[in-house]
Formats: sequence, structure tokens, C-alpha cells
Amino acid sequence: MRIKHHPILDFPEKQKIAFYFQNKKVYGYEGDTIASALHALGVKELSLSVPLQRPRGFYCAIGNCSSCKMIVDGVPNVKTCVTPLKEGMNIRVQTDKGFLYD
Amino acid sequence: MIKTELLIIGGGPAGLAASLAAAEAGVSSIVVDRNQSFGGQLIKQTHKFFGSEKQYAKTRGINIAKKMIEDTHKYENLITLLCDTTVLGVYPDLVATCLKDDKYYKIKAQAVIVATGAYEKTLAFENNDLPGIYGAGAVQTLMNVYGIKPGNKIIMVGSGNIGLIVSYQLLQAGIKVEAVLEAAPRIGGYKVHAAKLRRYGIPIITSRTVLKAHGEKALEGITTIALNENWEMVAGSEEYYEADALCLAVGLSPLSNIFGMLNVEMKYIPELGGLVPVLRDNYMTSVENIYACGDVAGIEEASSAIVEGRLAGFYAANGLKRSLDDKEINDCKKQLQLLRCGPTGEKIRSGLEKRGEGNA
Amino acid sequence: MLNTRGVPNLEMVKKCFPDEQQLVKMKAIVECYEEIPCNPCSTVCPTNAIVIGDDINSIPKVYFDKCIGCGLCVVACPGLAIMMSKIEGEKVRFRIPYEFLPLPKPKDIWNAINREGEVIGTASIEKVITSPKQDKTVVLEVLVDYSLFYQFITVRCPDE
Repeated sequence: MRIKHHPILDFPEKQKIAFYFQNKKVYGYEGDTIASALHALGVKELSLSVPLQRPRGFYCAIGNCSSCKMIVDGVPNVKTCVTPLKEGMNIRVQTDKGFLYD
Repeated sequence: MIKTELLIIGGGPAGLAASLAAAEAGVSSIVVDRNQSFGGQLIKQTHKFFGSEKQYAKTRGINIAKKMIEDTHKYENLITLLCDTTVLGVYPDLVATCLKDDKYYKIKAQAVIVATGAYEKTLAFENNDLPGIYGAGAVQTLMNVYGIKPGNKIIMVGSGNIGLIVSYQLLQAGIKVEAVLEAAPRIGGYKVHAAKLRRYGIPIITSRTVLKAHGEKALEGITTIALNENWEMVAGSEEYYEADALCLAVGLSPLSNIFGMLNVEMKYIPELGGLVPVLRDNYMTSVENIYACGDVAGIEEASSAIVEGRLAGFYAANGLKRSLDDKEINDCKKQLQLLRCGPTGEKIRSGLEKRGEGNA
Repeated sequence: MLNTRGVPNLEMVKKCFPDEQQLVKMKAIVECYEEIPCNPCSTVCPTNAIVIGDDINSIPKVYFDKCIGCGLCVVACPGLAIMMSKIEGEKVRFRIPYEFLPLPKPKDIWNAINREGEVIGTASIEKVITSPKQDKTVVLEVLVDYSLFYQFITVRCPDE
């Protein structure tokens, strides 16, 4: 899913970053946002809507619509499309309105 | 409390142009932007821009952003760029509260230029909340900023310039665009953009729109339907397309939330994209020393945003230091007039007329 | 046709070409059918062969006797709407803007494509011209059969 060769842009090789999605160790790259790294891994479902629990992914990708919200390191309602990916981050699909989890 | 002469909210083409103009007039400014980098939407635009030399014609959007940011560095003493900084509010005493790196700051300005740009509209149809349905800008961001393919089989909805340009960029990223759907009976954007897609065999289907999206956990396909001359759905004309990504390029709306805090007079003008501030000739809103320019003042092209930003910068500087370069002002006004006087400028001219007040 | 399908008809295309006698040298074929605010083709032309004038929405007018075939306009046009053309007996030599990967190599035989995206024959790749001044727009010089003269617009890799 990653573009290596592009007629106009250069996408140089970047540093690999390990993080956790649903408690599973996965990898992204330096410069990714959480949402873009997950998309590259084929993960499209980022949260479930409340109350109908319908699958939700990102829509605008620049921090306007809040469709991409997930639980990041225990904090809910994080706009993953504008949050840079960091080593060791713990990302989980949010299925409720968001509480201060343990 | 950080003090500044001019606070510019938004570091896209309009905001950057405003800071450069103000600096030319000897006025210092702080430009804040909530994103990690400056340039606004320019940083995703891999195509060469239209317009004329003064609006960087034939330069790729990504390079226009680089050039404008480089230019601000020439005015190191006058222009401060603060990225990752979200303006939370602007108060009547022209104090802006901001969030940067989880810290709360206050900036006191003598004048404020709002250049916050726009956000993408969406379309209402069954299952439009499925993952895999994106705004056109989102697809562009994913491809051109993060280097990630949005999908393998994409359908574009909307044949305005954004829909046509993003479809071409998808092709460049190696992704097959199955079709471009347009609800109106005519292609909305520049025909040269449409021509580039047709060379690659991408069908542009007019008078057709999305009826329903299908998929369990993510998008798997869409049902489209034809529209007649009265924009009514034609029963029996449904067609199914397989797709793992649907791109909605259905228009932009100004990000005008900030004006609400300041009691700025607003008007709802569909031709300008939605709720816009009423502006005087000098780009000032109904509130003293609050200015607006670029897409937040009415959806248009980046070329116009650059010129509007320049004008707002000069006028805001004049409000503080009483030094207006008439030659520059007239030159900018002439540029805008040329950008808007042709057939493609009908919408913006009509919108500005409806908005009324000044000629901004 | 142009407004509903994005493709000009043959009559519109022919109007962009000069008399065939003038095509003994490379000349610019400017397929700009719509009044949009844009003028880099005229500002970049070193001989004033392309004229737009003060109203930048005007459709460019090409003065073929002034055109020296330098190709600066091909690369300057943001709409990729300009190509160069020269008739060489049974063949036509075109220079077209190209912004895709993979790039062809000289001597490759690729598909010749018309404005509707259909394969109409073959094109032999003569040159692949790149230079920093072109800012990533590659110019391909190709030879196609004279019978494809008014239909040809671009090339596509035969494996696609």
C-alpha cells in the first residue's frame, strides 16, 4: 500500500517504528500519522459508532471531522489523522464515547 | 502574554502572502497554523498551477509552498511562524488563546487576519459512514503527503477541479480510477483536466450520482443512479460498481468558526461555499481590525487566495502604520480582476455581489 | 462533447493544427478550448508565437510562422494541453508531455492512444527528454504513422 516510486514526488526510505494495535505489535514509519500507518497496514476500521456500533474510518484526514478518533495510550477521542506516530504507542479501536480509562 | 502587531491565523497561501505583504510594509506578524508544516493545501498539490506569473503559474503547488516559506525567512525579524499551534479562541480585545505542545498561550495582537481556509463537504446517501469513503483532500493527503495508496479500485464523485485533479494524481500514484461521477449534466472543472483523464480511458459520467454504498466492515461497492434534467433520480437506472474507496469531491465550505466569537457579521452565500464574513473594500470584517482573506472569505482557487492574502496584509499594515503602497494595491486588484473576469469566474463574481458591502 | 465527456470533436482538434505544409518543422499544437485564467504558454514563448494578451482568460492564438519548435510551452502548460508536431513523409513526429511511471526507453514500441483513451496503433519511442528546468514533466519524442495524425494524443505501455 506504500508508494515507492512516483513521477513527481520522492518518498525516501524512512526509519521503521514499532507500535501496538489492539495489543498486537505492528510497524509504521517515521513521518506517519497513526491513521496513515494503520491504513498502510490495511486497517480501515478505527472506531465503532455509538450507539449503533457501525464501523468508522477516517474521512477528511486533516483533523476536521473527528471520524478517526481512537484510544491512544489510554487517552480516548484522539484525532489519529493528525497525531504523529511514535515508537511504542498503544492504539486501540474506540467503541464508546470515551472515558478516562485506567 | 505574547505581543505582536499582526496575528495571522492560518499559514496557507493566503496567510503566508499576508505576512509577506505586511513585512514589506514594515509590520511584524506571527503566523499560526495547527498543522505540522506551513503551506496549507499547497503541500499536497503536485500539479502545476494556472493563473499568471504573479500567482506562480506553471509552478507546482508543493514548490509554491516552499518558495513562500523561504520568502518569509528573508523577513526573519518581522515574520514569526508557529506551527503545531491551534487557536482555541479570539476575544474582542484581540487576545488569541492557543494550544501548542500541550501548553496554553495567549497572544495579544493589534490586528488579526483570519485565513483559516476551508473544509470538505460530504454527500448524504445510505451507508455514507463506511470506512473507505473519503473526502478528495483526504485521498490527496494520504497519497502525496504520506505516500500511501488510498485503495486499489477508486471511484471519484464530483467533476469540479478538485475531483478531476485528484483523479489524475491517483493515476500518477499507480491507482486505477474506475470512473468520475458528476451529478450535473456538464463537467464542472477545467476541460484540460478532464482531457488528461480521458486520455487514460477514465470515463466521466455526467448526470449520475451515488445512491448507496455497500460493505460490511468497509466499502465494497456502490450503487449509482442517473439524474434527469430536474435533478430527480431516474428509477430503474441503478448500476453497481465494485470499489474499495470512494472519493467525494463535492465542494468546500469556509472554516469560519472563529468569527462567531467576535460577533462578525456573516452571510450565508452558497456561491461562496457557505457562511462567510461580510467584508469592506480593505478586507476588514464588520469588527474593527479583524480581517479575512482566502477560502474562509469565499471558496476560490489558490491563485486568488495568494492575491487576497497580499491585499489583506497591506491593508492590515496600513491600519497600523498608515503606509499604503497604492501601486501594489492596484496591481493586486488588477490581478484579481483578471482571475475572475472570465467565464470560470461567474460563480465567485455572483457570490461576491450577493454578499455585498465592499469590493473585496 | 467537450463539456459532457471531456473530449473535443475532430473539427475542434483540426483547428489547432496549421496547414500541413508548415509542419516541415516542429510546431506547437495548443489544445486549449476553454477560457480559463492562465497564460504561462505565452509568457514562456521566446518568439511571441503564442499570444494571449492582457485578458489572461483569452484562448491562446498561435502564430506558426514565428514558432521555432523549442517546446518550452509543452512543459509550461499546467493543463498538459500542448504538444509539438512535425510531418516526416509517412510518419509524424510528436513531442508530448508525460508525467507517469514507468517511463519508456528509446526504441521501445508503445501503444498510440487517442483522446478517448483508446489504442489506435503503435508509437515508437525516439527520445525521452528530461531536464531539471522541466520540473518533472518528461517530454517524449515519438513517431507514429501518418494515418493517426489527428487522433494521436499520448502513449501507453503495452503491458497495462
